[in-house]
Amino acid sequence: MSDFRTPLRRVRGLGAAGGTEHFWQQRLTAVANVFLITFFVILLLTLMNESYEGVRAAFANPFVGIVMALVVVSATIHMKLGMQVIIEDYVHGGAKLPLLILNTFFAIAVAAACLFAIVKMSFGA
Amino acid sequence: MAVRRTALPLGVPVLPAESMDWKAPMSDVKSARPLSPHISIYRFRPTMAMSIVHRITGGALYVGTLFLVWWLVAAAGGPDSFAAASGFFGSFLGKLILFGYSWALIHHMLGGIRHFVWDMGHADSRETSTKLAVATLIGSVALTVLLWLGILIFG
Repeated sequence: MSDFRTPLRRVRGLGAAGGTEHFWQQRLTAVANVFLITFFVILLLTLMNESYEGVRAAFANPFVGIVMALVVVSATIHMKLGMQVIIEDYVHGGAKLPLLILNTFFAIAVAAACLFAIVKMSFGA
Repeated sequence: MAVRRTALPLGVPVLPAESMDWKAPMSDVKSARPLSPHISIYRFRPTMAMSIVHRITGGALYVGTLFLVWWLVAAAGGPDSFAAASGFFGSFLGKLILFGYSWALIHHMLGGIRHFVWDMGHADSRETSTKLAVATLIGSVALTVLLWLGILIFG
C-alpha cells in the first residue's frame, strides 16, 4: 500500500493536524497588515515635515506606540513566513537549512530593534 | 464544483518527465517526484507576471525593513542620528527608494487582497483572474502616483 506522507510527517504522527498553521498565520497577519500598514503609512505622512521633537512627541503617544509595536510584530511574522516559502521553493540542498535559520534570525532581529526603539520612545528615554 | 489548477511559481525547477522515477513511493522525498505543470510550455499570462511580482515585491519589502529599523532607531537615538536619517530620506536617492518602496507596499497589499478573494472562492475563472491581475498592476501604479502627487501638492 502506498503512503503519500513524507517520512517526517509519518514520524511526527500528527496526521493532518497542524498542516494549515503556516497558511493560516500568513493570512491572519496579512489581514492585520492591511490595517496596520495603512496606519503606519498615514503616520509617516503626518510626520513627513515634522522636526525631531515632533516625531518624538508622536511616538510618546501610547496609541502610536502600541499600534506601531503591532505593525512591527505582524509585519515581521508575515515576512518571515513569506521568505520561508521563497527559500523552500527555490533553494535545494545544503544552503536551504542555513538560509531558513538566517531568515528567522533576520526577522527576529528586525523586530527586536524596532520594538526597542518604539519602547524607548514611548517611555521618553 | 470548479477544479482549481495551481501553477508553480515562476523559476521553480521542474524536472523533465523522462528523468523521473515513476515507481518510487511518494513518501521517498529523495526521488524525483512528478511535478506539475511544465511551466515552459505555457503561453505568458498576466496572472503569471503578477504571481512573480508578488514575490519580488515581498522580497523587496523584506530587505527594506532595514530602512524602517534605521529610521526608528535613529529617532530613538537622539537629534543627531535622527538628522542623519532624515537627511537621507529627504535626499533624491532616499525619495527614490521611498517611492519604490511605497509602490511595492501597495502592489503587495493589492496582490494580497486578490489572494483573499481567491481564498473565499471567487474570481478564479481564467477571464476574471486575468482581469484581476491586470487591475492589480493598474491599481498599484495609480495609487502610488496619487500618493506621491498628494505628497508633492500638500507636503
